[in-house]
Formats: sequence, C-alpha cells, structure tokens
Amino acid sequence: MKRVYLDHAATTPVDPEVAEAMARVLRESHGNPSSIYAEGRAARALVDQARVEVAAAIGAEPAEIVFTSGGTEADNLALRGALKARRGDEKNGLVVSAIEHHAVLDTAHDLERHAHVRVSVVGVDGEGRVDPADVAREIDERTGLVSIMHANNEIGTIEPIGEIGPICRERGVPFHTDAVQTVGALDFDVRRIAVDLVSINAHKFYGPKGVGALYVRRGTPVATMQTGGGQEKGRRTGTENVAGIVGLGAAMRLAAARRGTESARQAKLRDRIIDGVLGGVPDAVLNGHRTERLPNNANFCIAGVEGESLIVALDLEGFAVSSGSACTSGETEPSYVILALGRDRELAKGSLRVTVGRATTEADVEAFLATLPGVVERLRSAATVTV
Amino acid sequence: MSGRIFVAMSGGVDSSLTAALLKERGEDVVGVWMRLVPKGTDANAPRCCGTDEAGEDARRAAAHVGIPFYALDYADVFGRQVVDRFVDAYASGETPNPCVSCNAHVKFEALLRDVVAKFGGARLATGHYARVTTGADGRRHLRRARDSAKDQSYALYMLGQRELRRIELPIGELRDKAETRELATRFGLPNAAKAESMDICFVPGDYRDLVRDRAPNAFVPGPVERLDGAAVGVHAGVGALTVGQRSGVGVATGERLYVLRLEPERNAAVVGTREEIVMTTYALGEVRFVADAPPATEFATTVVLRYRGTPLAARVVVHGDEAILTLDRPALVAPGQAAVFYEGDDVIGGGTVRRIAGGTAPRD
Repeated sequence: MKRVYLDHAATTPVDPEVAEAMARVLRESHGNPSSIYAEGRAARALVDQARVEVAAAIGAEPAEIVFTSGGTEADNLALRGALKARRGDEKNGLVVSAIEHHAVLDTAHDLERHAHVRVSVVGVDGEGRVDPADVAREIDERTGLVSIMHANNEIGTIEPIGEIGPICRERGVPFHTDAVQTVGALDFDVRRIAVDLVSINAHKFYGPKGVGALYVRRGTPVATMQTGGGQEKGRRTGTENVAGIVGLGAAMRLAAARRGTESARQAKLRDRIIDGVLGGVPDAVLNGHRTERLPNNANFCIAGVEGESLIVALDLEGFAVSSGSACTSGETEPSYVILALGRDRELAKGSLRVTVGRATTEADVEAFLATLPGVVERLRSAATVTV
Repeated sequence: MSGRIFVAMSGGVDSSLTAALLKERGEDVVGVWMRLVPKGTDANAPRCCGTDEAGEDARRAAAHVGIPFYALDYADVFGRQVVDRFVDAYASGETPNPCVSCNAHVKFEALLRDVVAKFGGARLATGHYARVTTGADGRRHLRRARDSAKDQSYALYMLGQRELRRIELPIGELRDKAETRELATRFGLPNAAKAESMDICFVPGDYRDLVRDRAPNAFVPGPVERLDGAAVGVHAGVGALTVGQRSGVGVATGERLYVLRLEPERNAAVVGTREEIVMTTYALGEVRFVADAPPATEFATTVVLRYRGTPLAARVVVHGDEAILTLDRPALVAPGQAAVFYEGDDVIGGGTVRRIAGGTAPRD
C-alpha cells in the first residue's frame, strides 16, 4: 500500500544531503573535538562550521549557539539554566503559557515543586493566542524568565513573540521561546526579535533526531545543568555529537534557503486541507488561528469520534496523521492544548492533526480528503451497527 | 471469509504464535493489544496481560512477526464489565469467573466491534485453546482444543454464530504443548520462554484484598451455621468465602466441612459435610447457545461446572435466556460460575449459575 505521511510536526524524513554529510562524518572523522592533534582539530572544525550554519540561519553569532540533544534538552536548559543563574538575585518567578510543550510545562512544574520557583500560567484565547498584555500583567520584580512558544506544536497557532519580547526587555526579564516548530519554516532573526533564548530541534526540519540547540543571547546568564568536561563553554558539557551536529548544521542551512518558497507552497496545501475537511466532514471544526498558523499545520476536532480510533483507522488506509502531539499519543485523555481553547472534553477527544512537508503533493492531500469522510462516517456509526 | 484479520495480542507466547501462524498462512494480519488497567497502575500486577509491560512484550512480538501493531485502550470497559462485576459478585456471595466476563464483554464484544465496525477488519483471532470449525450446514461450531490439557472452550461458551463467523483460534488445532513450544522456537518468538499467566490476571496477590478494598461491607463477620441452623462459628465476611471451599470457614469441630451456601442478606454461611451435599438443581441465567438456539427446550447433556472440570450428566430445561439445570448426581456449584453444556467435544452453550434451586437425597 502506498503510504502518505502527513505528520511532519512529529518528525520529518532526513534530507538525503543531510544524511550524506552525517555518513561522511561517521566514516571519516573519528576525532574528539577537544583533542589537540589533527584528528581532534578536524572534528572541532566540523562542529564550528555547523555552529556558523545554525547561527547564520537565525541571525545569531556562532558563540551564541549551544548544541544540545534536542528540543527537550534545549527547553530544560533554558528554564533550569536561566532560573538557576538568577537564584542569587532571588528572581524565582517563571511565566509560561498554558499551551507550552510538555518540555516547558512539565519542567516549570518540576521547578515549582523542587526548586521553589513560582510559576504563572497565562491562558490563551479560543484560537490559541496569548495576549501580550496578560504576560505583562504576570511579570513582577521577582520574575526570572518568561517562556512563550513561537508556534504551538499541536494547533499551529503562531504566538505574538514580536510583541512579548519588547515587554520582557523593558522589564529586564529574559525571554525564552520554544521555536522548535518554526525555525525551519518561518523567517526567524534574533536581530529583529527581542528574544534571549531560543530552542531548536533538528528533526523538525529534515535533520536527525537526538540533536538540537539553544540560542543564548550574549550576556544572558544560563547556568549548566550537568557537570563534566566543560564543553560548549561549560553550558552543556559532554563530548559533542559530531555527526548529529553536522546534520543539524546542514539541515538548518537547507531549511533557511528553502523556507520562503517551501512554506508558501505548503500553506496552499494546508489551506486546501482546512477547506476540504471543513467542507467534507460534517461537524468538524478548525483548531487554532485561521491565518496566524504554521504553514504546514491543520488541526481539527471531529465530533463523535475518538482521536485514537481515527489515527488507527487512517493508518490502516495508508495515512500517517496524529491526534494531539506524538509526545502524548497513546493517551485517551483529551489534549490539554485543545482544552485550553475552551473546547468541551467530548469534542476535544476527537482531535486530528494533519501536517504536510516537503514531499507532500497535491495528490497526497486529495487522496487524504477523499478518504477521511468515509472513515469518520464509519467510526461514528460503529457504536450502532450490528457486526 | 478473507480480508484483514486482527489478532488480540497479550504479550504471551500463545497469542504471539497465533499471529505468526496466520502471517505464515499468508493472511493480512494486524496485531492489537488491549490496555486493561489505567496507565501507570500496573506496578503491582505483574501477570496481567493489560499492563504496560505486557504491551511492550506484545509490541516486540508483533515487530518480530512483521505485522502492524496498535495498543488500544479498553481500561474503561474492562473496569466496568470485569473488575466491578468481579467485586460485586464476591460481595453478594457469588464466585465470579472474570475470564468469562472478559471474553463476553471485552474481547468478543468491545474489541470485535471495533475491529469490524471501526477498523474494517473481517475477522478477529485470539490465542485461546479451542477450535472453531464450519459444519456441513455452514454453521460454526465451537469445540474443545485438540490438546485437552490446555482446553479453554469453557470460557468461550457465550459465543454465538454472529461472533464465531468472525473468530479464528488457530492454536486450538495444535496437538500438545510440545508442538506449541516447537513452533514458538521455530518462529523465534521473543517470549517463547515466558511463564504462562495464572490466577486472576488483574489481581496481583490475594483477590480478597481487592474485594475488601472495594466492598468493605462484604467483610463484616457473621455466623457460620449447619443445615439445621445450629451456629458453629464466625466467618470473616461473605466476600472471603466461596461455595465449595473447605478451609477458612472458621469452625473447629473436627469434621470436614464445606461451604454449602452463602446467605448475604443475613450475612450467614451454611456449612456441611460431603454427605450433606445434596444439591442437584440450579437456576441458570444469561443462557446462550452456540447455534443461537437450544437443541430442544428440554435436552440431556453433559455439563462442566468449573474451568477444566469433569463433564457431569445433566438435563436442561430452557425458558428464554434462563434455564433449570438438573444434575444426575449431586454436586456443589458456586453461584456466579459458568455451567457449560458439551456434546462430546462440541460446546452447545451455557449460562451463569444464579442460585441453587433445589436438591434431592443422594442416591448412593
């Protein structure tokens, strides 16, 4: 059966050029970047080159990039590291939105329980947007960090970080954004956005899993979470994942070159999916903002079906989609993100996320739109038919 | 019937082998594992097929066999139809059979419905030791497994034609344990050496702890009496007792005494000697027939009254979905247990023992 992959928010296939660059490192460069001799220098050069590529894609200085094991670690380093660094100043307040990724929300709650951090959670409107005025209201003289994601991984809504950043800067509070879903898809330039910490994850833009980065604006204090040999200027110690970092650099460079044209193309597919589902499936509603959303993300609630059943049934028809995020799949509880929009629990259980990517064609989208209504109808009638 | 076949995979060797056999036969096989206990509550239930750990075993087996695999959540229906019924039954002086309720309400109702109605499957296979065959008249028959030592047909008596048309039980055809093990080894199944599940799958230790926890009222001490009403002791609560059990009645008369019946309405246990077991007539409820109808409103049969029990000669009189079962010789059966009718190796049907309807003096 031909497979149609429509879950690019979960992960993306590695670009062949990226895979080749990584394979070359694994085959040819075995040195430790910390070693003084030629093999070590060669490995260090590869890491440095990747750092330049990642920095260039977001308008940063290479020294402002800290490589991590992925988005989750970048989020943890941002929250734990920034608050730890400010502990002496008694800056223990943390402001987050209600729809942050688990890597931020669960870290915030862990800090609340174990590190005496005061967490303020800012709600969102019915389309998933944070109101910058709400963030401003939660900041006080003890606030040590504000963390608001650039775009939500489930519903795709883009948050007004361009307005939130200056509010934080004016109040002297560092601002972190989880840009895992956006840096590969949208223009992102730290010279124009007043942001101090940015989480990046390679496998969301056709790079490998297990590698990411945290952008740390020069002068932003971040304490390390782990201790050891002192790599990454002591902010993330441990021998560098050289092949992964090279993959991240290559993927970032390719994404930056393509994101303009590719995002416009994907947005057309996204809009076709939104129109097709809302027009073709009775009692389906769109989650998230109609226009202020990721170019590849469509997310719906479909009344009268359970997300888990829908995903299984569509998989058996050859389509890979998700309900909520990949990080919460396998749960029958409705998504906290959808609930934060004010949807009722029953409707929220029927969430469906469809995310297109570079390889997605119009034919893929039409095949999906031709299949979905019948599957939904079958699931809705399953409780009443005699088998 | 062709089309996609789903296999209910428990993580154990029998259902894994079921999947491997069907795949080898060239079927379009999909594995499903049912989560039966809420996530994260399985630390104390190591034997249960519905815990995360069992799910991981099932996932590995499916990957080994090379079939798609889904973990689906049935904790809600299992909790209501199996665990709650189990507790309620003990609390009201009955002895439930949770495997029967699981087969009746979870595997061959909720799961079968989802397989067919939601996921477009044609059939459902499980790793039960029993056989489903098609007769010359096109009807489906439910039969004992070829390996009588492993036969599980007792717990499947409630299946009718509607279900049996969609069910396959390939390992019921296997000769014996040696053949099962040989096949599991040949397929290289990762769980070939795994211990078989035992006892009650969702109870980690003593089932009485669960009943006491959920139904404390069933653990109020009460009188232990002989048939003539003479008080001979005190019991710890009807929830701790099972009709037919010998020990734990709380009396010390020197005689071998068995629980003859429980009377939860007055919290009493009636005990007696083996000679005092004179019950021959039982009222059955929820009576089902494999052919969807009884062979006659009154018929002679052999009946099995417990899992792997001996077939006993009996007569059955059917009234709708109830029946009166009259044994040729007295035998003690706990209300809540299944009474399953067999004609040789064929399961005819069965029902749940509701109450003792009467007795006659022993004939020998």
